[in-house]
Amino acid sequence: MNRRACLLALAGLPLTQILAATAPTTGSAIPEAAFDAVLPGRVLRFPDDEGAHPGFRTEWWYVTGWLTEPDGDPFGFQTTFFRVRTGIGEDNLSAFAPRQLLLAHAAIADPRLGRLRHDQRAARTGFERAGYAKDRAHVWLDDWSFEQIDDRYVTRVNAEDFAYDLRLAFTGTPMLNGDQGFSRKAPDPHHASYYYSRPQLQVDGHVTLDGRRQAVSGRAWMDHEWSSAYSPDGADGWDWVGLNLDDGGAIMAFRMRQPDGTALWASATRRFPDGRIQSLAPEQVELSPLRRWRSPRTGIEYPVEWHLRIGDRGYNLHPLMDDQELDSRRSTGTIYWEGAVRVFETGREIGRGYLEMTGYADRIQVD
Amino acid sequence: MRLAPVFLGSLVRRRAATLLSFAAIVLGVALGMAVQAVNQAALAEFGRGLRTLSGVADLQVVGPRGGFDEALYARLAARPEVAQASPVLEVWTERIGSTDTLHVLGLDLFALGAVTPALWPQPAKLDGQSEREARFAALAENNLFLSAAAQTVLAVQPGDRLRVYAGTQPLELRVAGDLPGAAEDPQLAVMDIAAVQKHFARIGQLTRIDLRLVDGLDAQTARATLAPLLPAGVWLEAPQTAEGQAANLSRAYRVNLTLLAAMALVTGAFLVFSAQALSVVRRHTELAFLRAIGLARHQLFFWLLAEGALVGLLGSVVGVVLGHGLAFGLLKLLGGDLGAGFFAGLSPTLKFDLWASGIYVLLGVGAGVAGAWLPAREAASVAPAQALKASDDSALSQRRGYPGLGLILIVASAPLCVLPPILGLPIGGYLAIFGLLTGSVLWLPMLASGLARVVPLRGPVPVRLAAARLRAAPGMSAVAATGVLASVALVAAMAIMVSSLRDSVDVWLGQILPADLYLRAGRAQSGGVLSEALQVQLTDVSGVARVQFTRHDSLRLAPGQPPVALLARPVSSDGRELPLVGSARAVAEGETAVWISEALYDLRGWRPGDHVRLPLAGSEVQVRVAGIWRDYARQTGSLMLDLADYRRLTGDRSAQDAAIWLAPGADALGVAEALKAAGGSGALEVTVPGEIRARSLRIFDRTFAVTYVLEAAAVIIGLAGVAASFAALAAARRREFGLLRHLGLTRGQIGSLLALEGSLAAGIGIFGGLTVGGAIAWILIEVVNRQSFHWSMDLHVPWVSLLVFAGTLATLASLAAVLAGRQAMREDAVLAVREDW
Repeated sequence: MNRRACLLALAGLPLTQILAATAPTTGSAIPEAAFDAVLPGRVLRFPDDEGAHPGFRTEWWYVTGWLTEPDGDPFGFQTTFFRVRTGIGEDNLSAFAPRQLLLAHAAIADPRLGRLRHDQRAARTGFERAGYAKDRAHVWLDDWSFEQIDDRYVTRVNAEDFAYDLRLAFTGTPMLNGDQGFSRKAPDPHHASYYYSRPQLQVDGHVTLDGRRQAVSGRAWMDHEWSSAYSPDGADGWDWVGLNLDDGGAIMAFRMRQPDGTALWASATRRFPDGRIQSLAPEQVELSPLRRWRSPRTGIEYPVEWHLRIGDRGYNLHPLMDDQELDSRRSTGTIYWEGAVRVFETGREIGRGYLEMTGYADRIQVD
Repeated sequence: MRLAPVFLGSLVRRRAATLLSFAAIVLGVALGMAVQAVNQAALAEFGRGLRTLSGVADLQVVGPRGGFDEALYARLAARPEVAQASPVLEVWTERIGSTDTLHVLGLDLFALGAVTPALWPQPAKLDGQSEREARFAALAENNLFLSAAAQTVLAVQPGDRLRVYAGTQPLELRVAGDLPGAAEDPQLAVMDIAAVQKHFARIGQLTRIDLRLVDGLDAQTARATLAPLLPAGVWLEAPQTAEGQAANLSRAYRVNLTLLAAMALVTGAFLVFSAQALSVVRRHTELAFLRAIGLARHQLFFWLLAEGALVGLLGSVVGVVLGHGLAFGLLKLLGGDLGAGFFAGLSPTLKFDLWASGIYVLLGVGAGVAGAWLPAREAASVAPAQALKASDDSALSQRRGYPGLGLILIVASAPLCVLPPILGLPIGGYLAIFGLLTGSVLWLPMLASGLARVVPLRGPVPVRLAAARLRAAPGMSAVAATGVLASVALVAAMAIMVSSLRDSVDVWLGQILPADLYLRAGRAQSGGVLSEALQVQLTDVSGVARVQFTRHDSLRLAPGQPPVALLARPVSSDGRELPLVGSARAVAEGETAVWISEALYDLRGWRPGDHVRLPLAGSEVQVRVAGIWRDYARQTGSLMLDLADYRRLTGDRSAQDAAIWLAPGADALGVAEALKAAGGSGALEVTVPGEIRARSLRIFDRTFAVTYVLEAAAVIIGLAGVAASFAALAAARRREFGLLRHLGLTRGQIGSLLALEGSLAAGIGIFGGLTVGGAIAWILIEVVNRQSFHWSMDLHVPWVSLLVFAGTLATLASLAAVLAGRQAMREDAVLAVREDW
């Protein structure tokens, strides 16, 4: 009850809507702030660009991965920190001015439970309670944090019914998506983001489940993306995968989905085991649903099995479990599917990763 | 033998007397019940409102009204003891062009969910609102969320604009939605905390932090570890504390009203007493006969008590019902504080409280039993043989009362007056009043016979007869006079007390309002502030000779206690501008003088010359008490500092009020307009002292409206008591009248005899009542008011009103006696005499 009440705090701020922020209307009561624009040709520099870019409207650090206890079955985890520039209070001298908001989601996908454990936090930045660094990855919200220390990330989450404390060691340079990190989201180049990934992170640390603290190890993926005009008008949502392959390679693919289920735009990045990076054009990427699953809680139907075609290679994606729906209508007002998947090529498992599907809720309105 | 019809049936036979006793008890119980029910409803509503505002907070950080540094929020939020800290900035403001007050809470919606979920703002879906606006509605700087009740009061709905004062400037806000968890608070509004800090010029300040502690940690432990982090004058309080303080604050007022109602009940008991006394005398043959045929002494006693108890029971049951009806009316008419201003802005709902109602029924029965006690004991103690022989009214005539017991009660009331208050209530004072009243009633027969001795046995026959009767049977008149004494004492005491207080307040208003014009920045509590630039501008208005500014704040001197008002204005070193009580004590060079109100003298024990520490601007400052002043405006105490000292100690140069002296020949109205114009936008309110004075006295009179109602009721009951007593007496004296008619007296002569006797009996009651009333007034002023409200007043006796009242009462009493006698003389004189043989 306690936590749930806390999450009420997000009710006015539906997450997908924030992320889907579109061009402002004129005559708005909120003075329009000048958001930085995403333009092609910018060279991403590290570690500075690992940090926050508060001039842009939205930004996120998105960590997903597979973990195993020393003698246990695998399970998935997710840590996400969103930063939102509201455009409100830009000239307000108050330390409470809600110029920048931070929202965090954390989840554990444990097949033994059969659904996600998840929790969320939200705050305005300030008073050392919530904030971010601009010169390296460091973002925190009370006792939840995601931080870069030397050549690894550290993330800590203390949720209501789980907690974790993980170190994620780098195994290479950042994988720049799109055109050297300039990632288009639609035929109109206005809708674009700066976007890089860090696949194949080596994880070790501790997870507390049901009051039991266990050492864990595994493999994870980090996405860092920032933009001022992300979602194009014609898209309902997006389907995204980030896959760590057993041979050391990695694949990122997404498509912006139109109401009829077809792709408005698609893109993919492939890293080969030798470190070469290949960026794929929309026509080289195809995500097709195979099997659908209907959530018993919300009645929403998600495609939980997919066929992914990248260039001349084809992969099948199978979920760790069907029910990885993150239902937070009572808190953020958002419902999306964010879950661990296995990657198969010609019937053989060749890697593991995460699948995210957003925007399925709005079309099927229950209750 | 069935005894119920014999005894209880007698109540029906003497309908008039029974009805009057019944009415008095109904009135007493109804008034007490109404006061109780109204206060209970108001407190419940107040508590509910407070609980909504404080939610599930375990502890609250509270400080001066002006607020404290927000850095404390960051420190507390980071503590391991704290699960969630929700910062709050409260301001009061007003809608421009009206007197509608808004209680605006600036909140961080990301922090409030875990602590005060009821304050969650719910954005409304508005036409023409962009997606982005809708999304951030609860954060937008010009958005205001109003409770449903406040939307009704202000006649606005989501999407409407609302213009309010921010400082002295107008601020246009948009109603963006409502507060579903706090729909009933008619003044509540919620905004984003950053917006409140910005618009109301309160950057960097908070007025409250609501804390939710980590699971399993108790508030006491957390308090002990967190308290050292707090600056001076900022305290950690349990959220229930404010509720308790409100209850305490209104308790003295409530108890005083309840005691007045209790006096009506006591009057009822006296009426039962006089009715029973006379009835027992009339029935003496009947009672003696019952005893002779075997009714035990204790049975007789029991049944006579049962007569009183039945009247009490019926009266109190009807009284409880009537009291709830009265409470309903009072709530509609005057509000939850019966006009006293403790619970402004609340709309309480009435609830039936079984326990309280039960207690009032018991009190009513108790009054009936108490009234019946003495006559029952007397009747039971008489030997049946003697009673069967003796003539009917001899028992009563010979009674000399209980002067010994009366004397003890009167004497004992003196030391009760010096008892300190118990739980903040003047229990000693109330006991002293009760002792005085009862003691004097027991003394009444002595007084009557004393008076009879000085009445000359001369003049016309009726006069001589009346005087002789008083000498021979003072007990009879005394019984008739008890009701008069009780009600006159009550009325006189209240009249003297209220007139003393009103007179003192009037004089006090003159002392504290010496200037020609008064200006303030809005009526709202903390909304309006005169900036330094505006202060200079006001001083420069032509026609203004001199301006004195006042800064208002409130300080918390100790945890768990209500805040104390702080006033900073120019005060000279001898405090001659202040309504001082006693003399000032000069402070040494380099020391800061503070002038304290009588409440602080009483509550905190501060004395002139004491060094005391005040929490100013977050740190403790040592000051010296220079003198005590009278403050009728603030019951919980107030402090006065010289404005220059205040500015030196706090660095705060703002002000809220200004007193303005005009240059010779300047036109007050013109200057007032010029002053208002200086502030722009109509945010400044300028008044002449006469207006403030009239308004204050109007509020005063409204506050005492309820006491006037009680007084009127007491007079009516007292008068009715006289009428009933005489009706009974006259009925008992039918044979005497018959004999007098046989002896040749005309009906007219007997009429004037009765009128004389009535005036004499009433005169005794009035005389005794006025004397006792004076003494009770003294106790009310020096003990009850001082201990309840912590203010002194100068005695002011409304002689003329009291004399007119006494004369009217005596006239009415003799009229009542004549009417009663006429009833008795209607029978044939011969028949009346023959009845005896």
